[in-house]
Amino acid sequence: MIQLTRRYRFSASHRLHTDRLSENQNRELYGKCSNPYGHGHDYLIHVCVRGPVGPVSGRVADVAALDGLVRDQVLAAFDHKNLNVEIPALVPTTENLAFEIRNRLQRRWAEIFPGAWPKLQKIRIAETRRNAFEITDEEE
Amino acid sequence: MLITRRVEFSASHVCRNPQLSEEQNAALYGGDANLHGHGHNYVVEATLAGRPDPVTGMVFDLKRLKEILNAEVVDPMDHRFLNHEVPPFDRVIPTTENLAREIWRRLEAHFAAGPARLDAVRVYETEDLYVDYFGEAG
Repeated sequence: MIQLTRRYRFSASHRLHTDRLSENQNRELYGKCSNPYGHGHDYLIHVCVRGPVGPVSGRVADVAALDGLVRDQVLAAFDHKNLNVEIPALVPTTENLAFEIRNRLQRRWAEIFPGAWPKLQKIRIAETRRNAFEITDEEE
Repeated sequence: MLITRRVEFSASHVCRNPQLSEEQNAALYGGDANLHGHGHNYVVEATLAGRPDPVTGMVFDLKRLKEILNAEVVDPMDHRFLNHEVPPFDRVIPTTENLAREIWRRLEAHFAAGPARLDAVRVYETEDLYVDYFGEAG
């Protein structure tokens, strides 16, 4: 088994705010991340896949196919967009974004990779250079 | 405890399988299949696992690790065309995956007798693509 990781980037704006808390509570909890007009980040995503090396290809995964999946399911939806508008059901914390990205990739995974391998192993997403979030394929 | 040392080398390669047609190679490898090859600044990270020695305080002598990495990886691969000059890549397609496996194979024997064992080999082909290999068992 071998793991292959591909890094992607997108730039998006967001505002951390939930209607389930008061204005004051939002301000206290999210600080400047709750400023009313939002702000943006250059996000970096690492998509890690795992599998055996194919005897013909010498590869774990068709990287072009992985690029296409990430482009269609994630980058097209999020790059240069407002995350609160694109995923209104979630507070767009990086934690929630990690789950959303993983779920979007899993939804179409079998279509792009119909065999037993490669499997999606984990997603890592960095909001800035100073923080990063990582989840495995099964984590809830 | 895990300790990691990083080395870099620059090399050219081409990814083509002679069993496949021109179109199949292009579909599978994209630009990597272009006939005359191209190059990358590869980064290799070797990770060892072990406990610090009670006398030296070291898991493994990093000077020695550097010498091993230079002898097994950098000296034979730096500024070379992998397919033409670095066996087994005259037969094995030099994908990043196969490169990681070959580097593991070259390094593994040096740590068979301890005190640290080889835990992982990571190879970056670019900053946007890397592979991790943990040996046959991993």
